[in-house]
Amino acid sequence: MTGPSDSRVVRVWRGDADDGELVDFQVEAHEGEVVLDVLHRIQATQAPDLAIRWNCKAGKCGSCSAEINGRPRLLCMTRMSVFTQYDEIVITPLRTFPVIRDLVTDVSFNYTKAREIPAFVPPPGLGPGEYRMAQADVERSQEFRKCIECFLCQDVCHVVRDHEENKSAFAGPRHLMRVAELEMHPLDTADRVPAVQDQHGLGLCNITKCCTEVCPEGIKITDNALIPMKERVADRRYDPLVWLGRTISRRRD
Amino acid sequence: MTDTERHEADVLVIGAGGAGLRAAIEARERGLRVAIVCKSLFGKAHTVMAEGGCAAAMGNVAEKDSWQVHFRDTMRGGKFLNSWRMAELHAQEAPDRVWELETWGALFDRTADGRIHQRNFGGHTYPRLAHVGDRTGLELIRTLQQRIVALQQADHAETGDHESRLRVFAECTVTELLTDGGAVAGAFGYWRESGRFVVFTAPAVVLATGGIGKSFQVTSNSWEYTGDGQALALRAGADLVDMEFVQFHPTGMVWPPSVKGILVTEGVRGDGGVLRNSRGERFMFGYVPDVFKGQYAQTEDEADRWYDDQDANRRTPDLLPRDEVARAINTEVKEGRGSKHGGVLLDIASRLPAEEIKRRLPSMYHQFKELADVDITAEPMEVGPTCHYVMGGIDVDPDTGATAVPGLFAAGECAGGMHGSNRLGGNSLSDLLVFGRRAGIGAADHVGGLAARGGRRPAVHDEDVDAAAELALAPFARAAGGVDEDGAAGENPYALHADLQRTMNDLVGIIRTEAEMTAALDRLAGLRARLRDVVVEGHRQYNPGWHLALDLRNMLMVGEAVASSALRRTESRGGHTRDDYPTLDARWRHRVLVTHTRTDGPADPVVPRVAVDVAERDPMRPDLFALFELEELEKYYTPAELTAHPEGGTP
Ligand SMILES: Cc1cc2nc3c(=O)[nH]c(=O)nc-3n(C[C@H](O)[C@H](O)[C@H](O)COP(=O)(O)OP(=O)(O)OC[C@H]3O[C@@H](n4cnc5c(N)ncnc54)[C@H](O)[C@@H]3O)c2cc1C
Ligand code: SF4
Ligand code: SF4
Ligand code: FES
Repeated sequence: MTGPSDSRVVRVWRGDADDGELVDFQVEAHEGEVVLDVLHRIQATQAPDLAIRWNCKAGKCGSCSAEINGRPRLLCMTRMSVFTQYDEIVITPLRTFPVIRDLVTDVSFNYTKAREIPAFVPPPGLGPGEYRMAQADVERSQEFRKCIECFLCQDVCHVVRDHEENKSAFAGPRHLMRVAELEMHPLDTADRVPAVQDQHGLGLCNITKCCTEVCPEGIKITDNALIPMKERVADRRYDPLVWLGRTISRRRD
Repeated sequence: MTDTERHEADVLVIGAGGAGLRAAIEARERGLRVAIVCKSLFGKAHTVMAEGGCAAAMGNVAEKDSWQVHFRDTMRGGKFLNSWRMAELHAQEAPDRVWELETWGALFDRTADGRIHQRNFGGHTYPRLAHVGDRTGLELIRTLQQRIVALQQADHAETGDHESRLRVFAECTVTELLTDGGAVAGAFGYWRESGRFVVFTAPAVVLATGGIGKSFQVTSNSWEYTGDGQALALRAGADLVDMEFVQFHPTGMVWPPSVKGILVTEGVRGDGGVLRNSRGERFMFGYVPDVFKGQYAQTEDEADRWYDDQDANRRTPDLLPRDEVARAINTEVKEGRGSKHGGVLLDIASRLPAEEIKRRLPSMYHQFKELADVDITAEPMEVGPTCHYVMGGIDVDPDTGATAVPGLFAAGECAGGMHGSNRLGGNSLSDLLVFGRRAGIGAADHVGGLAARGGRRPAVHDEDVDAAAELALAPFARAAGGVDEDGAAGENPYALHADLQRTMNDLVGIIRTEAEMTAALDRLAGLRARLRDVVVEGHRQYNPGWHLALDLRNMLMVGEAVASSALRRTESRGGHTRDDYPTLDARWRHRVLVTHTRTDGPADPVVPRVAVDVAERDPMRPDLFALFELEELEKYYTPAELTAHPEGGTP
């Protein structure tokens, strides 16, 4: 942007499950504003029924996910100043999930997948208040727990983007990472390695790292969660003795 | 309206933040069928935004900490107006509630010996806040969400249906509670997605809807915070207490304008950050009020030594309770010592190495970098007060969360009493867990008791459902009628909302006067009239203009409750500062202002009128009273009250 305040054309996809189109809005943008501010201005002055999801407006809740010029982004964390005077600004709903209305999509896929991942299994015999874990040992899982469930990684991953047929067999990066998080939790007692491959579809991931690139939390999904899980799977598949040895040593400590 | 979608449950929980989820877990674990309703997607409730931590006297960092010290800090922070029973239960039970989260998979930051680390925060004598960097609320809500999933998995294993005992209705807004002979019978709402109506029937309802901040212009709160629970409770016949007490967090972002109000966690100061004015002075040293004299450092040297040696030094006044710091910033700015954009400076850059700042405060680093082009490891942040939390709320029984309406319970930010006139940072997350669980038990026991007595479950009446539907559709009906006779187009809900926010911000903000309160009530009356003409465009499918038009009913009711209570309390205490009555008044300490709907005068079904009465808070139980030094209590209590102290006062 050039000045503290500017008039811009913003193209927003409007429609529902059946039909829709890009609609141009001429709208003011002030210094320091993010795309969500501008959409709110459109709502308040031109299209009161424009459907958008948002809550925190600070990149903390993961509600305002959409695609800006084809790239999955948080509307509240995308500054208007990243676009030059000559850039088009085209805002469309997440492509991987069915549209409900305008920028709002049906993300229930993600909640269904979340339910398919067995929960934390606490160590028997350790009561509340007795947990002892070193900071160094919790840090890996803590990185994954920074996830704000914006589902941008789920949206971008080519395994399911435009491949409806893969959805049933693939949990998506967010949830594969959840398996990794539990697997690396110092006190979780479940063995999650076989299921991550056989039930959650880790094998479909070919480590393109697109998920990592769009993650607004900067989580190294591919390097820190998916690849290590693939290694664990590979270890087991090639050498059952490794698996046996690990399980035994894990039970001991 | 017999064709309206209907769902039945034993316990209906309205709200999926920390309080609602904890209540739902408890009721489900006691064998009941639970429905959870929330306005946003599951896992996005306001709790997700909490940053600094969750207060619990576990004593992991400071062994000397105990529930008694936590109780005293909480009462002090609230200037002794708190429901002491709630403060007691909270301080006693918070550690168990935090430890329980670990058994559900939570991963808090650790101490060197592997326990949960605890950080310093304003008003807490010892480092007490369990935390995960500066994203504690996310950890809390995700853990509870995952606990719900775990219970659903267990139910699935048993019944073949994930939702046989716990079902979440996300993006569904409740607009009215339904009652039967004065007892709660269920709730009426709409799906945001389709705009279709839905009726829930349940003999017990837990309100856990959070706060009211969206009635103010500068706020750290999201669109969800429209005071729904408070207004629903009022309309169903329950009372609110302490509504004059609204917390303005001292440190919100002030620039750029679009992020004005977004929170800067108190953890910045807990971890060493200091406030300075435009002259570079650490001005907080000049603002330690008499009641806290002797408890805070008097020199910068002592304050700086305190971070390393807390036994030999007193804490920095940067960590005074929030009401004190917010007022101080307000004064600095008013007297011309503010920063460029009308705030003050919060400096962590010169206090900690850059790497350490990024490690301890990653989301603050990110937030300033992305939204304000400020690198907090190199420059100070500009901060100023922002509307953050409401201490007042639904009047509840401390032990069970029960309201005056049979079957109706409340917990979390929408309930009142626990925090008195000012909440300490970190005491909300623990409040959600302690009282969410208790409300879950309260609701379960109520349902159990009803069954044991062979009582009939309250029934939903069709005419109530019809009335609720009609109210909800009114903004469309007016749109269909087009322009009215005098040719004026209807009111735009966004414009009405902006006017309401400005009114509350300008007239019912940090510093208040009688004239402003009266003016505010006048303006609110005007807004009430304009709301009748509100018109929405489009159709019912995911229509935010319509949603806002309905939320405005609640915001107006709650706005009136706040302004009327603030007018009534002629003293300054905690989150309520009167320029015309600038000091604490011991005669007001034991008085509680109760808001209820008005039965006299003309009825307004859209925004029922409210009135405020004065009630007495029960005197503190003697054993708790004895936990305080007489000398401290003398600053707050009347001489007559002090005779109850074991050291006796002179009557
Ligand atoms: C930025 C920020 C930082 C904070 N940091 C801290 C901190 O560090 N420590 C601390 O202790 N406290 C902190 N707080 C305060 C604390 O986060 C909140 O007080 C607390 O999370 C409120 O929780 P709750 O369960 O009462 O409600 P919320 O978490 O707000 O949940 C309310 C729920 O009710 C639902 N709801 C509301 N109305 C309706 C309706 N009509 N129909 C259906 N559903 C409805 C909403 O959708 C939502 O699910 C912070 C607050 C903010 C804003
Ligand atoms: S790395 Fe794997 S999960 Fe991530 S986007 Fe690529 S294929 Fe999908
Ligand atoms: S991993 Fe990152 S991109 Fe994926 S849902 Fe979580 S926060 Fe969003
Ligand atoms: S609104 Fe919460 S992440 Fe954008």
